[in-house]
Amino acid sequence: MKVTGREWTWLIAVALSLAVFGGVGWAALAPIAVASHDELFEIPHGTFARRMAGERIEILPHTIWLTLGLNDVLLLRNKDEVPHIFGPTLIMPGQSFSLPFRQASTYSFQCTAHANGQLSVIVEPNPAPGLERLRWRWHKLTNALWNMPESHHH
Amino acid sequence: MHSNPIRLIHAAALLLSLLFASVSITASASALPELMAGVFNPPYMAPPFSLQGSNGSDVTLAHYRGKVVLLAFGYTNCAAVCPTTLATLAQARSGLGRAADSVQVVYVTVDPQRDSVARLRQFLAVFDPSFVGATGTPAALAAVRQKYGVTATKQGSGRDYAMAHTSSIFLIDRAGKLRALMPFGHDAADFVHDIKLLLAE
Repeated sequence: MKVTGREWTWLIAVALSLAVFGGVGWAALAPIAVASHDELFEIPHGTFARRMAGERIEILPHTIWLTLGLNDVLLLRNKDEVPHIFGPTLIMPGQSFSLPFRQASTYSFQCTAHANGQLSVIVEPNPAPGLERLRWRWHKLTNALWNMPESHHH
Repeated sequence: MHSNPIRLIHAAALLLSLLFASVSITASASALPELMAGVFNPPYMAPPFSLQGSNGSDVTLAHYRGKVVLLAFGYTNCAAVCPTTLATLAQARSGLGRAADSVQVVYVTVDPQRDSVARLRQFLAVFDPSFVGATGTPAALAAVRQKYGVTATKQGSGRDYAMAHTSSIFLIDRAGKLRALMPFGHDAADFVHDIKLLLAE
């Protein structure tokens, strides 16, 4: 049997539309699976020495955005040789602090590392099936594409 | 027309299944930490201290070895945070039933100027008579705060000043290790959950 050119056109058109609909359907409905819930921030080795030498080092942003079910555990790790006040607590050298969030809300912690003394953690609800999930995946995809050229410079 | 709809459907189905196979990557979701509180890993011994207790004797962590210690910092003139925290801890203790005997709340003042031993005792008794308050010289209290990374800053002047202070509660296990930190805002059920896990070890 031989597939004619007209048949090929049909085949491709049907396959493409199925792929698009299937892809969008999957993106909107499939649960988002993540390998780790941890949103990690690390104090690198030598931070204390560099600060003592007058360097300004900001490790934690003023606001951290988390999403329930995706990255809902704030993981802070001290890889330096001295204890550090990091986010909401004092962390010993080589120690980590893992803070889980189970409710969507805005949390604020005292953080002496910041000029205003505040660290905000904004925990957003898990994207609902449908438009929200679709939007989440779209952002994820565009962010990944956007950041791609940068990663080659490291 | 030689087009074969069945063949078309087969091809499309194959393509679709390939698409699904490529996108449905199975990822093993890591389990959330067991405790509701933030967990230290590895845990180290909670920094020791010796302060004047509202129960008439010295307060040390070593004295409470074998119990789970909930360590909080605050002051009796605190308007909102401390009463909420202490009420939550009292509620957690009553929720624990007999296991409450294995839980000790230690409340270290950040305001020794106003918080005498008697005042601490009177204040804490309102919430739970088992709670122990701790005070000392300003220098001794500052040293304890430093060891725990706790901050306390005076706000305002005159007699009605306030103290902005760390509002998290430290969870110390039966062996005296600083295991976790419960940020302000958790309810009694979360404390009960975590205390039960620590007591079961």
